[in-house]
Amino acid sequence: MNTDTHTAHADDHHHGDSYAHGSFSTYMLGFVLSVVLTAIPFWLVMSGALPSKQITALVIMAFAVVQIVVHMIYFLHMNTTSENGWSMMALIFTIVMVVIALSGSLWVMNHLNSNMMPMHQMTGMK
Amino acid sequence: MTVAVNPTQAGEPVFYLADEHPHPEGYSTSLGFWIYLMSDCLIFAILFATFGVLGGNYAAGPAPKDLFDLDLVAVNTSMLLLSSITYGFAMLTMQQNKIAQTQMWLAITGLFGLAFIGIELTEFAHMIHEGATPQRSAFLSAFFTLVGTHGLHVSCGLIWLVTLMVQVQKFGLIEANRRRLMCLSMFWHFLDVVWIGVFTFVYLLGVLR
Repeated sequence: MNTDTHTAHADDHHHGDSYAHGSFSTYMLGFVLSVVLTAIPFWLVMSGALPSKQITALVIMAFAVVQIVVHMIYFLHMNTTSENGWSMMALIFTIVMVVIALSGSLWVMNHLNSNMMPMHQMTGMK
Repeated sequence: MTVAVNPTQAGEPVFYLADEHPHPEGYSTSLGFWIYLMSDCLIFAILFATFGVLGGNYAAGPAPKDLFDLDLVAVNTSMLLLSSITYGFAMLTMQQNKIAQTQMWLAITGLFGLAFIGIELTEFAHMIHEGATPQRSAFLSAFFTLVGTHGLHVSCGLIWLVTLMVQVQKFGLIEANRRRLMCLSMFWHFLDVVWIGVFTFVYLLGVLR
């Protein structure tokens, strides 16, 4: 019984070939996608094609997120099965930490700034 | 049922791993390196957060609109993007055991990386010449720290790349060198991912402000 479980356990490990690889076509697809996803936001900002700055900002941020996902899949070969899922777990943990650090800092510091009394109000309070 | 008794500490059970099996050398390197990259990601997240908080404080100094040349940033971005695809080609030729072609693609990757660093240093020198030094305002301190840290990473990647080219020249595409090239591949592509954040949040959103 012990030998059975041992061989079954050994079978689901694939040592030595744990490196995820891409092929020429996936690398080229990733490259073409990133060129397009880089060119569009640069063009939007340089030409001012969209009427409002807020919309332009949101659109280029959306392009950045999509491009990061494209790089993760086609260049860094991320998937849910590599390293038995542990690299995906590490990535998800890091994304949670990054979101907390970024949104927390911006939120707290923005409130701090808006709660500071501006100088022109202080001069009127004598 | 017989129980194995440790002669020195009689009565205590002896534990061992029933399913322990040998691991080949370096089998967990890619996961360990990935976790290192994630810790690097946290460093950049903190620098991005700092830039997000301080990026609007110009202290009556120059604003992004006065400083940034988007044409130059676009050229710089394409340098890094091209170096990513040429590193991909180096990995593909490595899998086919073509040493000379792998070395050639690694060299081309290094040249693109060098061009990226060169353009960035030119930009920095130009800004400092105009008086936009890191000491000028909180915005510029945060800018030089974030973009400079990324540039430092790329520079370290270049040193690593040259080191690996020497290793491959000396020992060929042995298993250890393949593993090292795979780690550098992750490092290099990861820096490209960070650059997406830099050109979007620092340069494009800065000029939009």
